[in-house]
Amino acid sequence: MGTKAMGDNPGFYVLEEEHHEPGGATLLGFWIYLMSDALIFATLFATYGVLSSAYAGGPSPREIFELPIVALNTAILLVSSITYGFAMIAMHEGKLRGTQFWLVVTGLLGAAFVGVELYEFGTLIHEGATPQTSAFLSAFFTLVATHGLHVTFGIVWLVVMLVQLNQRGLHPENQRRLTCLSMFWHFLDVVWIGVFTFVYLLGVLR
Amino acid sequence: MFDQTLARTIFGRLTWESFPLHEPILLVTFIVVAVLGLGLVGAVTKFRLWGWLWREWLTSVDHKKIGIMYMILGIIMLLRGFSDALMMRAQQAVAFGANEGYLPPHHYDQIFSAHGTIMIFFVAIPLIVGLVNYVMPLQIGARDVAFPFLNNLSFWLTVAGALLVMISLFVGEFSRGGWLNYVPVTNIENSPDTGPDYYLWALQIAGVGTTLSAINMVTTIIKMRAPGMGLMKMPIFTWTALCSNVLAIAIFPVLTGAFAMLMLDRYAGTNFFTNDLGGNPMMYWNLVWIWGHPEVYVLVLPVFGIYSEITSTFTGKRLFGYSSMVYATVVITILSYLVWLHHFFTMGSGASVNSFFGIATMVISIPTGAKIFNWLFTMYRGQIRFELPMMWVIAFMITFVVGGMTGVLLAVPPADFVLHNSLFLVAHFHNVIIGGVVFGLFAGMEYWFPKAFGFRLDPFWGKVTFWGWVIGYWVAWTPIYIVGLMGTTRRVNHFDDPSLQIWFVIAAIGAVIILIGILAFVIQIGVSIKNRDKLRDTTGDPWNGRTLEWSTSSPPPAYNFAFTPRIHDLDAWYDMKDRGAQRPTTGFIPIHMPRNTGAGVILSALAMVLGFAMIWYIWWLAAIAAVGLLGYGIFHTFNYHRDYHIPVEEVAEQEDARTRLLAAGA
Repeated sequence: MGTKAMGDNPGFYVLEEEHHEPGGATLLGFWIYLMSDALIFATLFATYGVLSSAYAGGPSPREIFELPIVALNTAILLVSSITYGFAMIAMHEGKLRGTQFWLVVTGLLGAAFVGVELYEFGTLIHEGATPQTSAFLSAFFTLVATHGLHVTFGIVWLVVMLVQLNQRGLHPENQRRLTCLSMFWHFLDVVWIGVFTFVYLLGVLR
Repeated sequence: MFDQTLARTIFGRLTWESFPLHEPILLVTFIVVAVLGLGLVGAVTKFRLWGWLWREWLTSVDHKKIGIMYMILGIIMLLRGFSDALMMRAQQAVAFGANEGYLPPHHYDQIFSAHGTIMIFFVAIPLIVGLVNYVMPLQIGARDVAFPFLNNLSFWLTVAGALLVMISLFVGEFSRGGWLNYVPVTNIENSPDTGPDYYLWALQIAGVGTTLSAINMVTTIIKMRAPGMGLMKMPIFTWTALCSNVLAIAIFPVLTGAFAMLMLDRYAGTNFFTNDLGGNPMMYWNLVWIWGHPEVYVLVLPVFGIYSEITSTFTGKRLFGYSSMVYATVVITILSYLVWLHHFFTMGSGASVNSFFGIATMVISIPTGAKIFNWLFTMYRGQIRFELPMMWVIAFMITFVVGGMTGVLLAVPPADFVLHNSLFLVAHFHNVIIGGVVFGLFAGMEYWFPKAFGFRLDPFWGKVTFWGWVIGYWVAWTPIYIVGLMGTTRRVNHFDDPSLQIWFVIAAIGAVIILIGILAFVIQIGVSIKNRDKLRDTTGDPWNGRTLEWSTSSPPPAYNFAFTPRIHDLDAWYDMKDRGAQRPTTGFIPIHMPRNTGAGVILSALAMVLGFAMIWYIWWLAAIAAVGLLGYGIFHTFNYHRDYHIPVEEVAEQEDARTRLLAAGA
């Protein structure tokens, strides 16, 4: 108890002004949000796993999946992650124009991804493989479209960021937001790798 | 014909028949609610309080005010949920043989569904989140949470969900599928009405709020602790809040996903949980219980934290086995994720699967038992002050242990095959939720009320509340255990066997005794406000507390701490008192704080309109609300001025007032 005698006062208050590093908490919070989003995907993956052979007389994956077009889409999304990386490098070097340029490229690649996905969905529905046909197709469309919806939301966010970069440049707040969007974008890439492997590749092997 | 199409376009499936004009019970309830509501609106207008209400409360990002608003929401919804309980008890007490009672099955089913939904989602969760919101930042020496705006938004989203459930009472119907909205009852062909849609939209909106709030709390605890507060120096309530919120983040997305799929089934005609075209209803049960079982621990862990704080404060001792308490909490957090299947052993997943989940369930009783012993050993040779919070702790330990034992009994798969969906099960979970969560919330409210408002709650009416709840609980639920063990099933509105009636009459008497407890609580708050000068706490530390929230004034200033405390030991405030820490009375500096914003209210209102429009198929309104939600959300991100500094004079003024108050008291 020697160190705890009365009057032994090691300083119980922070008397000087405190400086919080901005953004530290935001990045952690956003990371936790991504983990919660990953769990929504996990739920959809698990449901897909359970229902993946419930064809109910409808088509099976082998009959409807067109791997070449999905492979193309996978490539588009992976490249968009690289271009987002270039945008972040430009941001850290303080290059506003470069950041904007690479963001535009990323956004266009994202839009191409969503476009190809919509084309794929359109073909499937045209062939009569609709989300209502069987539990397998319900799970398939929901899982893939949830990812597509996330990408669409990412594009909207990216456009908003372009406007805000135009207004305020590489404001620390904008840098923080770009970092969050970066995590979001790469996260969607990781999820897509899961979709590509688990849904498409394993699907045609069945 | 054209008129009908037009009306359908404008109002969706909302018609005059949607309003219960022909049901006297609902009509009278509606009139009472409307009169009370109008009276409240009139009073606020008369005393010109709208501006004050908007600026100081509704748009506030102060975690303390948001915490209090959560508590008010929880208490109001408790009154609604308990009215449902009284109606069920009255029905079951009389509906025997020729007497059909006064509630037809169609209505009775909605009441038990609404009762469970409200009690868990809009009573227990808001009360827990409210206490964590209020107390946790003070305990870790922070000035607010990590994301103050998000905190406000989370609260209002919860309110939006609660309002949707309340609206379902008067416009259309509520779900008849139980508190988890089970398929196949809630599949579109079995429930084409609005019931399940009310349920789904209300809980999706509130669920987003709860998830965001959990993310906020975890980030706050990890990032914003005062210097020196390592993880193993965190107050135990903060530890349990951390585990509870981590768990909430791990489960609410699963519920969101499950509900989203059921929504797709109902709105878009998909086949996730249907009975044909490959759908799998049991998948819904699995998903909702992957949420549902851990949810029990989301609620009870912070309450264990409350009991720990109170036991240690009112025995004047450091908590026995602090680290074992932390490890027990963490172990429960993990195990709670591995037991969901025990809610449907009868699904037929086979002996090995059932054994795994049965054993995992029983194992949870080990860390929980460790906690009980820790509390007992804390009390052992302590100088126990039997004030109200401590009385709740004792009542909890006696009541909860019985609930724990019946839980272990139910965890045995063969026993569960007999008791599945019986009233024994219903008695078990009311035993742990009332005896655990509710008692703990009352203990917490008694304990922290003086911190939040600057005066104690009246002890006499507190004791009436206490005995009403404790005696009422035992009288109400012991008979239900008995009839459950005899094989009576749950969710039944009429019985044939007259020999059972006496037990239901006793249970109804118990419910009335609990009603006395609830009314006494409302009276207690009124009496305490009236006698607030007599009950005043000028020290900020009315119970001789041990953790940091007691080191600041009651109620704390907006910035909580003029100077952030430095932590050297567990029970930081006890350590500071013990070593004679002097509160600095000069040298104040401006304090950086977040600015209030109305965005949370606006976004939540839009979310509620979106929900309502979707429930009633009013597509144009839903589209407008959805676009508005996205648009306003984006608009809000263009606001870069989100904080300000409290000027040094204002800080000095408030701190000087406290210095004078402390000097006068000493």
